[in-house]
Amino acid sequence: MKDGLRRSLLVLSPWLALVAVWYAVRLSGLVNPALVPAPHAVAARFADLLWNQGLLTDVAVSTRRVFVGVAVGIALAVPVGFLIGWFRTARHFADPVVNFFRALPPIALIPLVIVYFGVDEPAKIVILIYASFFSGVIVMMEGVAQTNPLFVRVARTLGATPTEVFGRVIVPLTVPHILTALRVALGVSWATLVASELVAAQRGLGSMIQNASTYFLLDVIYVGIICIGVVALLMDLALRRLSARFLAWQERAGS
Amino acid sequence: MSASGLPRVRFDHVTLAFDTPKGLLPVVEDVSYDIREGDFVAVIGPSGCGKTTMMNMLAGFQAPTAGRVLLDGRPVTGPGPDRGVMFQEYGVFPWLTVEENIAFGLTLKANRVPARERAEICRRYLDLMGLAAFAQSYPKHLSGGMRQRLALARAYAVRPQFLLMDEPFGALDAQTRSNMQNLLLEILAVERKTVMLITHSVEEAIYLASRIVIVTARPARVREIVEVPFGYPRDEAIHERPEFGELRSHIRDLVMDEYRAQQGQVRPVPFSE
Repeated sequence: MKDGLRRSLLVLSPWLALVAVWYAVRLSGLVNPALVPAPHAVAARFADLLWNQGLLTDVAVSTRRVFVGVAVGIALAVPVGFLIGWFRTARHFADPVVNFFRALPPIALIPLVIVYFGVDEPAKIVILIYASFFSGVIVMMEGVAQTNPLFVRVARTLGATPTEVFGRVIVPLTVPHILTALRVALGVSWATLVASELVAAQRGLGSMIQNASTYFLLDVIYVGIICIGVVALLMDLALRRLSARFLAWQERAGS
Repeated sequence: MSASGLPRVRFDHVTLAFDTPKGLLPVVEDVSYDIREGDFVAVIGPSGCGKTTMMNMLAGFQAPTAGRVLLDGRPVTGPGPDRGVMFQEYGVFPWLTVEENIAFGLTLKANRVPARERAEICRRYLDLMGLAAFAQSYPKHLSGGMRQRLALARAYAVRPQFLLMDEPFGALDAQTRSNMQNLLLEILAVERKTVMLITHSVEEAIYLASRIVIVTARPARVREIVEVPFGYPRDEAIHERPEFGELRSHIRDLVMDEYRAQQGQVRPVPFSE
């Protein structure tokens, strides 16, 4: 009980410190208070947005976009990254191409996306798919390329057929890379979300921030940013829980 | 009991050369010897000489460029559960528990057995290898010696006729290594296999094997084949026997000779002796 209390205090302390610093900056007089809304003002705005302006809809719309973008992006990245990573020759010529596209900031592609996909929902999702796909492909590719061939050999000496080698050895060895790819893609997608919602979005946390900046509603911007952070953090925590469960065998997980 | 059985494995003028940009690089050259039923053959030679390649050909991972590797009169075409292999790096599957590792081979189509029999076999080898307390643990919790015992249990579980071991105890500390050698002798006394052991330890070769094939520096050729004058079962006491010492110095001289030849290859020495 006492331990639990200490633990939650420990977990909370950096956040409390952050709020304290926030107040300190505001009260120090170094920054024009009009440019730094007080934490309690942001909290009040949060409640207002939540009850009166459908903040939850924005959260849901954005989360759904990220979710769909990551799901489709990773569903494509897993087989593609696997093939590139597994076959050395494929890696030779695919690697530079993948790195070329990954290096392009999604935001720079927005004008093209508008031309090809319009300004509706597909356009935003396409940007997120793009971001998740290329970050996921890299993770898969690098991970699979490092697969220890010893395990395949062992399985074959025990009598495994090629299908059994794939299902019983290669798949379990690939699962950690899929989970890492998911985590990386989630992070990148939340980072790309605001850019993707620049494309004439009606709702969503990114568009909320965009609109607020037009009217200089700093507190709304703060609420939006905090919401993105919190949702991204929760999703990452969920994935980490999942990893810990599936990957209890890994040297680094657990003990 | 010495090996008096029929020849099971025959290396018949086996040569293996790698195709390199500088031309063909022979790794194994014109090697011929037999492994008979119940034999324990140790292959010894300087490191990097091509011993492992020899074993890989019998295991079915590499094909000779000339000559034939025959298994009961038929050329080896690929790996199979009749030849259990133990690697120096253990190769235990980290994503499976100790028990699941042992059961792995028994769940494959090639040697599937009913669940009850599988459980019995697992239990038997868990006990024999002293791993019963760790049945549900993942290999990350095991020491090097335990991992190697697990690899041995997993190889034994599918009831191979041959055991091919590539420096299986090379990564272990001296004490663990000696324990593993004794465990191997014990298991072989209970369930005899025909064994090929790759090693660079002269003592290990004499202590375990019934015959020792000494190979030359790369490319590996047969330098000499020595019969070990001790029967089975054996115990540590044979280390003290005069024959052991004589055999050891004889083999050590040969191996050192080849070791120097190997060094000479790697670094061409500008002076002559």
